[in-house]
Amino acid sequence: MSYPSDRKYTKEHEWITADGTIGITHHAQDSLGDIVFVELPKVGAEITAGKTFGTVESVKAVSDLYAPVSGTVTATNEALATAPEQVNKDAHGAWMVKINLKNPAELNALLSAADYEKFVSEEAGH
Amino acid sequence: MSVVEANPVVRKTALNAVHRQMGAKMVEFNGWDMPVEYPASIGCGIVAEHMAVRTGVGIFDVSHMGDIRLAGREALAAVQHISMNDASRLAIGQAQYSALLYPQGTFVDDVIVHRLGEDEYLLVINAGTREKDFNWVRDNVRHNTRPFDCKVEHLSDDFTQIAIQGPKGVDLLQKLTDANLSTVKFYWVTRGTVCGLKNILMGRTGYTAEDGFEIYIPADEATSARVWRQVLEAGKEFGVVPCGLGARNTLRLEGCLSLYGHEISDTINVWEAGLDRFCKMEKADFIGRAALEGAKAVGVKKTLVGLEMVDRGIARDGYKVLDDGGREIGYVTSGSPAPFLKKNIALAYVPPGQAAVGTAVKVEIRGQRVKAQVVPTPFYKRPKKA
Repeated sequence: MSYPSDRKYTKEHEWITADGTIGITHHAQDSLGDIVFVELPKVGAEITAGKTFGTVESVKAVSDLYAPVSGTVTATNEALATAPEQVNKDAHGAWMVKINLKNPAELNALLSAADYEKFVSEEAGH
Repeated sequence: MSVVEANPVVRKTALNAVHRQMGAKMVEFNGWDMPVEYPASIGCGIVAEHMAVRTGVGIFDVSHMGDIRLAGREALAAVQHISMNDASRLAIGQAQYSALLYPQGTFVDDVIVHRLGEDEYLLVINAGTREKDFNWVRDNVRHNTRPFDCKVEHLSDDFTQIAIQGPKGVDLLQKLTDANLSTVKFYWVTRGTVCGLKNILMGRTGYTAEDGFEIYIPADEATSARVWRQVLEAGKEFGVVPCGLGARNTLRLEGCLSLYGHEISDTINVWEAGLDRFCKMEKADFIGRAALEGAKAVGVKKTLVGLEMVDRGIARDGYKVLDDGGREIGYVTSGSPAPFLKKNIALAYVPPGQAAVGTAVKVEIRGQRVKAQVVPTPFYKRPKKA
């Protein structure tokens, strides 16, 4: 799997673009298995870097979504309420929330596509 | 550090290497390294595996299940003493669902009792309770008021057990055996040659609420791998898929089949679990009977019910159940999306007064109170064949 280089990644397996669109990675959806439920914050909610902002549930388990950076939610992907399996089909297209970044410099601390790919392969090796 | 390294005693079935080779996601379950699901790249994943079993056929490695053989002149008397169903009703080749009980009427484990011969019984038990069950059976057979004239053997490591489940399961297995499976009724067993192996035990049993068979083959790795592959090959025309513990759990939950440590345990009695029809109080004395008689007279404080989520949300094991007014009344024992029914379902213990079908309740999901209601069980019942 190659990860798109137009965005940044977290060790918690989220991605975020420079304009503040957030989703989970291909690796994350693959580990979770069939995704059946996505719970997202409301438009206007404040999310904080490193804190949970929602949950994603597979048949088996519940996982938290962690905010890559801080910001204010401007949109949520409502299609995921009825079609959460979109995340399995196209994790890098099926975005979850869009935010107004509080401090764009926070993006610099995140992983590049190449670093994330390395991180994932190292994690798998353990 | 991985779980496997942290726990050096984690056990593997003879098919472990095959599962890994197929790309299965592995998890530790009751001390066993088991496949939870197979990869989407080969048409698998919990939902696909679940659907295959409901509509076609799926196969499971259930070699982690244990097997105890009781044989001898007083084998029936011993089985009657240690289990709650009435084994005297079994013809040779017949099986029944039953349970081993503590003197308090709570569960040591649930079991399937197979009568294999005139004085020969095979108990198939859960993986997580293998040693406990065996010790308990052996001790109670030996230390009755006088020991039963009956040998107790632990055969768990002798077999690779493969479950072939789904409406097409019988057609699949029929391709691989000389036994006439059409004459084998549900909860009966037969023996025959399977994949060239002679005298193989095949039971028309399972844990999926679907038709199917469980076969018991020698536990060596080469034989196990060969049979597993042959079953998959023979099942191609039926769309067979390998299935992991994830689908096994959702399938049994739709069918409301109990899971030890969830719906039944050493603190839950037979009446609470709603397993009355498998407990034969009219037969001669058995361990747990006296306590159950007392418990029946007193009445239960909690009872197992089926819940369906009304609002969005998935109830999970251990979540609190609240009454409509928000007072805590019980807890979820197993909860999950139901892939075939396409609903979010759960089993839960609640007081008998709030157990009627249609009762509105709430499940506390991460601080939110989400509406649910009591519904009839089982959630899923397989269609009767014409």
